[in-house]
Amino acid sequence: MSGLDQLVKMANDIGAYFRAEPDHRAAVTGIATHIRRFWEPRMRRRIHAHAAAGGDGLDALVREAIAELAREDPAARA
Amino acid sequence: MLSIAETDLGTPKSTSTDLVALTIDGVDVRVPAGTSVLRAAAEAGIEIPKLCATELLDAFGSCRLCLVEIEGMKGFPASCTTPVAAGMKVTTGGVQVERLRRGVMELYLSDHPPDALAGGFGTEMQRMVERIGADVARYGACEAEPRPVDASNPYFRFDPAQCIVCSRCVRACDDQQGTFALTVQGRGYASAIVAGQDEPFMDSDCVSCGACVQACPTGALMEKSLLEHGQATRSVVTTCAYCGVGCSFRAELQGERLVRMVPNKDGQANHGHSCVKGRFATGYVTHRERILEPMLRARISDPWRKVGWDEAIAHVAAEFRRIQAKYGRDSIGGITSSRCTNEETYLVQKLVRAAFGSNNVDTCARVCHSPTGYGLKSTLGESAGTQDFDSVMHADVIFVIGANPTDAHPVFASQLKRRLRRGARLIVADPRRIELVRAPHVRADHHLQLRPGTNVALLDALAHVVVVEGLVDEAFVRERCEADSFARWRAFVAAPANSPEALEAVTGVPAAEVRAAARLYATGGNAAIYYGLGVTEHSQGSTAVMAIANLAMATGNLGRVGVGVNPLRGQNNVQGSCDMGSFPHEFPGYRHVADDAVRATFERAWGVPLQAEPGLRIPNMFEAALDGEFKGLYIQGEDIAQSDPNTQHVTAALAAMECVVVQDLFLNETAKFAHVFLPGSTFLEKDGTFTNAERRVSRVRKVMEPRGGHADWEVTQLLSNALGYPMRYAHPSEIMDEIARLTPTFAGISFARIDALGSIQWPCNDEHPAGTPTMHVDAFVRGKGRFMLTEYVPTSEKVTAKHPLILTTGRILSQYNVGAQTRRTDNNRWHAEDRLEIHPHDAEQRGISDGDWVGIASRAGETVLRARLSDRMQPGVVYTTFHFPGSGANVITTENSDWATNCPEYKVTAVEVTRVSQPSGWQRRFRAADERQRALLQQARAASAIDEPR
Repeated sequence: MSGLDQLVKMANDIGAYFRAEPDHRAAVTGIATHIRRFWEPRMRRRIHAHAAAGGDGLDALVREAIAELAREDPAARA
Repeated sequence: MLSIAETDLGTPKSTSTDLVALTIDGVDVRVPAGTSVLRAAAEAGIEIPKLCATELLDAFGSCRLCLVEIEGMKGFPASCTTPVAAGMKVTTGGVQVERLRRGVMELYLSDHPPDALAGGFGTEMQRMVERIGADVARYGACEAEPRPVDASNPYFRFDPAQCIVCSRCVRACDDQQGTFALTVQGRGYASAIVAGQDEPFMDSDCVSCGACVQACPTGALMEKSLLEHGQATRSVVTTCAYCGVGCSFRAELQGERLVRMVPNKDGQANHGHSCVKGRFATGYVTHRERILEPMLRARISDPWRKVGWDEAIAHVAAEFRRIQAKYGRDSIGGITSSRCTNEETYLVQKLVRAAFGSNNVDTCARVCHSPTGYGLKSTLGESAGTQDFDSVMHADVIFVIGANPTDAHPVFASQLKRRLRRGARLIVADPRRIELVRAPHVRADHHLQLRPGTNVALLDALAHVVVVEGLVDEAFVRERCEADSFARWRAFVAAPANSPEALEAVTGVPAAEVRAAARLYATGGNAAIYYGLGVTEHSQGSTAVMAIANLAMATGNLGRVGVGVNPLRGQNNVQGSCDMGSFPHEFPGYRHVADDAVRATFERAWGVPLQAEPGLRIPNMFEAALDGEFKGLYIQGEDIAQSDPNTQHVTAALAAMECVVVQDLFLNETAKFAHVFLPGSTFLEKDGTFTNAERRVSRVRKVMEPRGGHADWEVTQLLSNALGYPMRYAHPSEIMDEIARLTPTFAGISFARIDALGSIQWPCNDEHPAGTPTMHVDAFVRGKGRFMLTEYVPTSEKVTAKHPLILTTGRILSQYNVGAQTRRTDNNRWHAEDRLEIHPHDAEQRGISDGDWVGIASRAGETVLRARLSDRMQPGVVYTTFHFPGSGANVITTENSDWATNCPEYKVTAVEVTRVSQPSGWQRRFRAADERQRALLQQARAASAIDEPR
């Protein structure tokens, strides 16, 4: 499994936890916040770049969260 | 025998707060009600002779030496079994009493060899004979041939000739340890203490905890080290460096030679008890394989070159600065050790944050209890267990999930079993039939034998029953918890999909059993949960911890003695290493690096700007290394090449780095990929503190000089200074003072304060100056308790036709984690190799017999072990330990990890097992590489010829 594949899996695992959240906005924000708080900037840069390139393999909920995160994450603009 | 530094007061201390006044030999005495006359006298400085009594055990009243006269009472009552009473007048001596005692002692001496009284150990028997003056036996000697000496145990021997059959050893084994391995066999002169079914100790069910050795008043049971070296001349109180129980010991020494370790009866975590590791497995300290001088090499294929400390430190500093100049500031990092002290882990994370300039610091808690930190912080507000160990004595229902205390936390297990023998009910949730399910005088009310990987489903099913059957403690929830999060959680767990019936197919646990267990937990009185790595080391580890906290909150089982959520920490200082800011996103005290106010506090104190972004976790470091972005790593006391999952992935990452620095005791597996080796120091060679699973901060005290020249904290300080970031600590106490200044939960802790109190459970501050045994008493640390949703998400690690079995891993009593310490002791006599436990049905299907070599293949790799057939396993599940590097247990485990913390999913790996005739390819490569690395080390030793064992 490559480094990117691993990041995609990690993001989807986070998404799988928040899937139980009945409030969709809360789920999206929960995923985004978790990645923001625990992922090192290089990891975030990479997942942002991957999402911007189509986000192959990322679950829909996770894509939405990464898009939300990208709006305020300096790593998305690096 | 007891420690040279301890006085035995005869019977246990009474916990009563009511005082009773009496006179003993005319002296006015006031003691708590329930105190024995024997102890009351001892506390007043009046020694009454005794042999069968010891304060570690309940009174027995057998030896009749402690008899006294009590005004108004007939005869001569035994003072050990007679409680004090108001106005009682006791006379401990006198002609009649002394004559009776001499008569009793003569009876003992009639069956006791005279030469046994001549040794220089100062046994209790020797002292009593001198005290009573009965040196002539009128009754003739026993003519029976003494039973042979039993020297089968590597650490102690039993000489029946010296035994007076006082039963202290039997009672210690029963009451203190709870193993019931000893008994009195025969009658009269033929009566004898025997182990098991009259077997040698090593063949019996004795677990070698040593309680019997400590209890023996005659020297019949005695440590071999004591026999070899003679009595110690000094004693130093320190804290064990094995599991998270954190037992207090008295290290007994002659100069710097360790004679023996004696559990400290005043130890607040262990109350004078120990296990085979803590008491006996210290041989690694002076093992010939210790590396005592720094070594360098340019490439990992080069021979090591021994160098002085100055050259080694300068080399590391130059290499790290070179790498940062070439690859960027964030291209290096550090790993702190849960085996090192709080002060040492604090310094390593400070080095990384302040001197390296990044937050690339992590700790081995990543691979064990990081989900505990996340889960308990999210729900209760603090990343720690809620109780002290003694709390279990007030529990009515004990729920053990994903923990095997009798092997991994044996001293706490003894206390737990004592509570169970006194009537507490027990629920065990574990894929295996662990010892607690059925032990002597202990039987679980419910064994929820779930499939590996289904903890969350089981916990949700238990919660479903609590909610649907109206077992919620509504008043507690209303007062103490968030109303909205509770309402959401209640609706979630009440859904039919979370019923025991719906989840039975997932967990494999009959719904009726789940319902009965839930009812017992919710309605059985004080209910306490104890959990371990069987909860955390899953893809849903953090979810399971949150589910546990939910369950405790919903039933009101938090905030008082006897209840709580109790993570049993794996290593001695896992709690402490986490407390000290070892995680890449947190400063000491679990405060996020993005918190501007907190960061500003540390920037002011440390005098450098600090990063506001989280750093790399250990598995992220590996990925970054393989991506060419992470090139230098300082590893203090951690063997990631053996302990972390997917070994081949880990070693590839290490091999991709340009400067790996290992600071350790031995050439461990990680050191074989290192460019610099810095000698580490054992817990006996330094000062500091450890924090156990109860948040108890205890002192580690130096009993000998560091054999490599520096304690670990000094090495980190040297490195920091060489990197241009000054550290000027003269003693670890100064580091703790800094921790206390910067960490609110440690504000009241200092070495002096610990010395005064014995130990301190954090939080310790102005509000709790003596520490906090029970947390969340009036309110949760976060204010209101927060219920988290815990949907069961099956692991992606699935059984298939190719890999139809689930492998789960764990550890065993006699070995400790990667085995670096215990493998270099006689503990190998109990466990000399890792084996694969497999159910007889699975074995039969594959043509496997007990002892056969079997290949275990997963999608990550393959290894070969010998099989052990065991119906402790459920069919479809196999199990192994991971104490020997050549076993390759982590060659098989995968990169799957907890969604929140990346704690590896060690407990669930899909495998196939087949009978084989040769080691795996990985094992052959491992052996060849191991031989090459040992040869490279040997070249360095031969070149300097200064590495003889000291």
